[in-house]
Amino acid sequence: MKHIVILGAGTAGTIMANRLTRLLTREVRSGALDITIVDRDDQHLYQPGLLFIPFGIYERRDIVRSRHATLPHHVRLLYGEIDRVDTQGSAVVLTDGRALGYDVLIVATGARTLPGETAGLTGHGWYENAFDFFSLEGAEALRTRLDAFPGGRLVVNVMDMPIKCPVAPLEFAFLADWFFTKKGMRDKVQLTYATPLDAAFTRPVAAARLAHLLAEKDIELVTEFNVGSVDGTAQRMRGWDDRELAYDLLVTVPLHGGASFVGRSQAMGDDFDFVRTHKYTLQALAAENIFAIGDATDLPTSKAGSVAHFESEVLAPNIARFLHGVPLAHDFDGHANCFVETGHDKALLIDFNYDTEPLPGDFPFAGSPLPLLEESRLAHQAKRALRWVYWNLLLPGHAVPGLSPQLSMAGKHAAPVETHTFPDPRAPQTKRGGAVK
Amino acid sequence: MSTTLAGVAVDAEGFLLHPEDWTEALAAEIARGAGIDELTPRHWLVVRFMRHRYLATGTAPTIRTLGKASGVEMKELYQLFPKGPAKIAAKIGGIPKPRGCI
Ligand SMILES: Cc1cc2nc3c(=O)[nH]c(=O)nc-3n(C[C@H](O)[C@H](O)[C@H](O)COP(=O)(O)OP(=O)(O)OC[C@H]3O[C@@H](n4cnc5c(N)ncnc54)[C@H](O)[C@@H]3O)c2cc1C
Repeated sequence: MKHIVILGAGTAGTIMANRLTRLLTREVRSGALDITIVDRDDQHLYQPGLLFIPFGIYERRDIVRSRHATLPHHVRLLYGEIDRVDTQGSAVVLTDGRALGYDVLIVATGARTLPGETAGLTGHGWYENAFDFFSLEGAEALRTRLDAFPGGRLVVNVMDMPIKCPVAPLEFAFLADWFFTKKGMRDKVQLTYATPLDAAFTRPVAAARLAHLLAEKDIELVTEFNVGSVDGTAQRMRGWDDRELAYDLLVTVPLHGGASFVGRSQAMGDDFDFVRTHKYTLQALAAENIFAIGDATDLPTSKAGSVAHFESEVLAPNIARFLHGVPLAHDFDGHANCFVETGHDKALLIDFNYDTEPLPGDFPFAGSPLPLLEESRLAHQAKRALRWVYWNLLLPGHAVPGLSPQLSMAGKHAAPVETHTFPDPRAPQTKRGGAVK
Repeated sequence: MSTTLAGVAVDAEGFLLHPEDWTEALAAEIARGAGIDELTPRHWLVVRFMRHRYLATGTAPTIRTLGKASGVEMKELYQLFPKGPAKIAAKIGGIPKPRGCI
């Protein structure tokens, strides 16, 4: 009898439980393999929906479901707080002392926000004039505040990368423009977007396009702003370079880190408790029988649900290969695909991977009605349909029509790409893995 | 888009295209171009940390990593590299610009 243990029953863990149960049906049904998934509670949160809570578009009941409803019958769901992993002894230890041995471990415990790590942020004024919307409590508190906002300066800010869904704060700024326009008070609200990056986004072509949209909507862009401290009484942020930014209402994306047990598990995490992971196979560097997926990894791609979905298409067969003693495939290419809500019933789509930045063009191939990096109503409709797709296609681990796990250049207008030839120490040695039985 | 600096290929913003082209003399020259006349041992601590991390992991550390793991506090990092510690130290260390990941 072999044991697979999955840590975290969020987006990535749930997808993996569903995919593995199907891929290894025979072993699971015969009792040769059992799958256990661990989470601290029974509330599965559809996180992309958090963006819409402050604007009264979604409510709590629209975005929370029981985890049981999302998992297959054969998978055992265990509630508990993970304390650490004994990476050498192949066992997970929960805070109540229970221990779970495993043959294969999948770490899918995501990323968490750390508002307490920015000096002053959670002191005076927190959830009065300063909010986050990456938590359900924050998003709901912000909704009340936005409704009553009399006008003034609203600063949307990112503390530092990495964050989940790096476009979410931009989307918040765009939606705030739409929200106050609709209320007939846009002229009373000064909108500012403050980022530690030197541009509106991390990659040049998309950054230029998004900066243009900010300007069009009269949203001020402040770059290279690294917050050192927040003074909630004076309603001011101070940068490490001593620049100051005053606000009447602050909507911040706090610093992020991985789950703290990662830091307590030998050789598993980086400086911020993200799991050190092989870029192309998704095997953890800590041990051969540990794998990581989703926001929990340290991989240089977006922390997004779409990425977890693409990763799962590589990871599930790799787990089967590992169990059958066959070499792993180096198939993951960092593929990410995000709809950016831009307000006024429009959105734009970006599609990229480790090597190819978001480019303009048509999606998924030339002549398709969905433009890349251009606003459209169709993209907005797709973003709204995402909630249905999430519960009904993504979580059950089904392929999404038109979406392949690896990035495709079809329909994209290639820009000159800057490359450097220094060998990546984690580059693949072999390209193809063994066949999955 | 690329040009050269002291015969070495750099990108439009002056970051080395090939980290293996880097030398200590080149580091001093890049530093002067960034307004740092003399690289003190504290500067070197940060520059070497950036470079080692990049060579070991394939990713250039961000400012947050510097503050947490380089052994130099955030306040001092900004005194040493007023125009942005991670960006300038990466440039001097001959590695790509830290993108803060996507
Ligand atoms: C505001 C917002 C908007 C977003 N919009 C989009 C979007 O438009 N498109 C997109 O693709 N992605 C979007 N995302 C990102 C997406 O939601 C995440 O990338 C995705 O949910 C990551 O899945 P995961 O399984 O890695 O982590 P999660 O879904 O966060 O799951 C981690 C699980 O681990 C559990 N856990 C953690 N630590 C422990 C512990 N110690 N003990 C027990 N259990 C533990 C948690 O309870 C949780 O259930 C958005 C995110 C946010 C916050």
